[in-house]
Amino acid sequence: MMPEELTELAHKEQTDAQQWQHQIHVCTATGCLSAQSDQVYTALTREVRDRGMDKTCRVKGVGCLGLCSAGPLVQVNPAGTLYQHVQVDDVPELVQSLKHSPVERLVCSTDIPFFQQQVKIVLANAGNIDPERIEEYLAVDGYQGLLQAVTEMTPSEVISEVIHSGLRGRGGAGYPTGLKWTTVAKADSHQKYVICNADEGDPGAFMDRNILESDPHCIIEGMAIAGYAVGATQGYIYVRSEYPLAIKRLRNALRRAERLGVIGNNIFESAFRFQIDVRLGAGAFVCGEETALIASIEGRRGNPRPRPPYPAEAGLWGQPTLINNVETLANIPAILRNGGGWFATIGSSQSTGTKVFALTGKVNHGGLIEVPMGMSLRSIVFDIGGGIPNELAFKAMQTGGPSGGCIPETHLDMPTEYETLNQIGSIMGSGGIIIMDETSSMVDVARFYMEFCQDESCGKCVPCRVGTAQLATLLTKIAEGMATPEDLILLEELCDVVKHTSLCGLGQSAPNPVLSTLRFFRHEYLAHIRQ
Amino acid sequence: MSRLSQQVVTLKIDGRDVGARSNETILEVAHENDINIPSLCSVEGLSVVGSCRLCLVEVRGTSELVSACSTYVREGMDIVTHSERLSHYRQTILSLFFSERNHLCAVCVSNNHCELQGQAQALGLSHVEVAYRYPQLPVDASHERFVIDHNRCILCTRCVRVCDEIERAHTWDVAGRGVQALVITDLNEPWGSSETCTSCGKCVQVCPTGALFEKGKAVAEMSRRRRFLPYLAKTKEKSS
Repeated sequence: MMPEELTELAHKEQTDAQQWQHQIHVCTATGCLSAQSDQVYTALTREVRDRGMDKTCRVKGVGCLGLCSAGPLVQVNPAGTLYQHVQVDDVPELVQSLKHSPVERLVCSTDIPFFQQQVKIVLANAGNIDPERIEEYLAVDGYQGLLQAVTEMTPSEVISEVIHSGLRGRGGAGYPTGLKWTTVAKADSHQKYVICNADEGDPGAFMDRNILESDPHCIIEGMAIAGYAVGATQGYIYVRSEYPLAIKRLRNALRRAERLGVIGNNIFESAFRFQIDVRLGAGAFVCGEETALIASIEGRRGNPRPRPPYPAEAGLWGQPTLINNVETLANIPAILRNGGGWFATIGSSQSTGTKVFALTGKVNHGGLIEVPMGMSLRSIVFDIGGGIPNELAFKAMQTGGPSGGCIPETHLDMPTEYETLNQIGSIMGSGGIIIMDETSSMVDVARFYMEFCQDESCGKCVPCRVGTAQLATLLTKIAEGMATPEDLILLEELCDVVKHTSLCGLGQSAPNPVLSTLRFFRHEYLAHIRQ
Repeated sequence: MSRLSQQVVTLKIDGRDVGARSNETILEVAHENDINIPSLCSVEGLSVVGSCRLCLVEVRGTSELVSACSTYVREGMDIVTHSERLSHYRQTILSLFFSERNHLCAVCVSNNHCELQGQAQALGLSHVEVAYRYPQLPVDASHERFVIDHNRCILCTRCVRVCDEIERAHTWDVAGRGVQALVITDLNEPWGSSETCTSCGKCVQVCPTGALFEKGKAVAEMSRRRRFLPYLAKTKEKSS
């Protein structure tokens, strides 16, 4: 397609949107769908039609509106009134109210810190656009980043922009994205690949799922830009099959993007071609590890292999491969549109930009949030999360899932940065945060994660295969009050061995939940042990 | 700089200066120089998996341990193959092996010919500190000449690799994951009814423990012949 056509389509969509007096946004991401928001959507559409308002009022399914714990969520624009826990029975009253004042009993105040303190880059379109219509993505400057990259910039200029932004991998480890791109770009090969890792598997994490469900085109655009920058012509999105809606929307988005010609051959009349295919995971957590993921795409058993060689050198089918997480790629279009310098002003100096978190557990306001890096952990729990329900005391904040740790109250004033979280024995992780109150047992938490790792170990290397099983047995013994002080020593020794001798990241990080709870909540372990 | 462009490098292993080609692994160079690094999964002539973790060594100047079997030598490397820390890790890893299934040397066909037993003796493993798991595992004696006893399998996947890479039959593979993993024949059918098995017996010859053995062998009678492997691997390399 011609660049002018893109602008024309975007302009047409923007003009069309202005004709509506009211736009009712119904969240149709998995969170609200599980609370029957699809029925609310159908009822709203029917009600609007029955009242003859369908010329002035549009009912639109959108992606995640954020406050998942208050779903189903409905937002009436342009007023921006947000309604929570909307049921089918509320629909007539809601539509009636469009001509008058809002339905007070359903209104969810957007003046609370949960909405006010967030900064949205990745989730900018979530809740605003219909993820099933590419025109709506175009209307909010969609594919402008790709257009700019392909028509005005050289690949190395694109990479410089990403380096300049300071963006780091959002999968958890925080490897500088620009550096990763550079290594793949420098690798010498006629065939390279870009892989989007959407095999999100941490318990309690749903960032990637909601991004894919709410704004699939930003991932496609991010991948195409990455492909242009590193010299790849083929992309794969590896998404777990437990995310049927994300897969459906992704495939739909890919079809639309292909039809429009923003991916495919001769993108924007240039020599650049890029194609994307979806590959489904079959439920193994370890396939989030990049070498296991590659094996899985190749059709083999999802086992990790020793690195080096790193995928940047020899990845998919032995070719140089760039693997980025969903959220990392979702940042790319905005970086290209606004410049790396703009991105670097957000967040803190070593951790720039924002981070999307799935905030769950014992917290008043749970859901999908995006905050600037550097925000204190306390703000996340007590401002955005609105504190702990039932007047109970805060005990710990779990980040990084089975590879992360538990952060106690005393460390809550630390800023949300890769390095600070590492210092206190946790990790940024992909973005799952689980808040625990005083009623939670930290030994049980450690045991839960160890049993998770035991189940998810691929079984290739011994320290992870047998070590996690032995650790889980020891933790059960401790939790049941059957352990001796010697068992605690053995537990710590085994943690050390599994951490330092396992083959891949799964085993190497599996002891983290135990080590961090031992560090901050040792007394709970001791209380369980027979003296 | 591709790995295939062979350069000559010099490095230090345990303080000794040694010369090597850049496409050799630490393990290969160490063996060439009679420096012993323990390992169980690696076997000359088969692909590298790096799964037993016994061959982990320290590289001075880095904090992470690397597996000697999968790491290529580099100019100026300073490698430590034996230290207190390494021997503690190796002993614990061996303990994990012994605790995983039912290794009863006294009644095993491979007693005195077993590599797991040999490593335990060499590394001075006097007792197993972790709890034995005592899983209930099957024995498949349906093949007319061979038996697989899963109680003695350490999942080194040598059988899987030799069958795939040398015999090209790919009868063996791994099913399940974690501690539930088992080597299987075909689509988890009895070995005796396998349609792909050529009964060549290479898997039996490469097995490091008493998991795979020939029928008719009594306690301590199962010794292995592996000299064919490097030769066949070379032939395969030449023909491809």
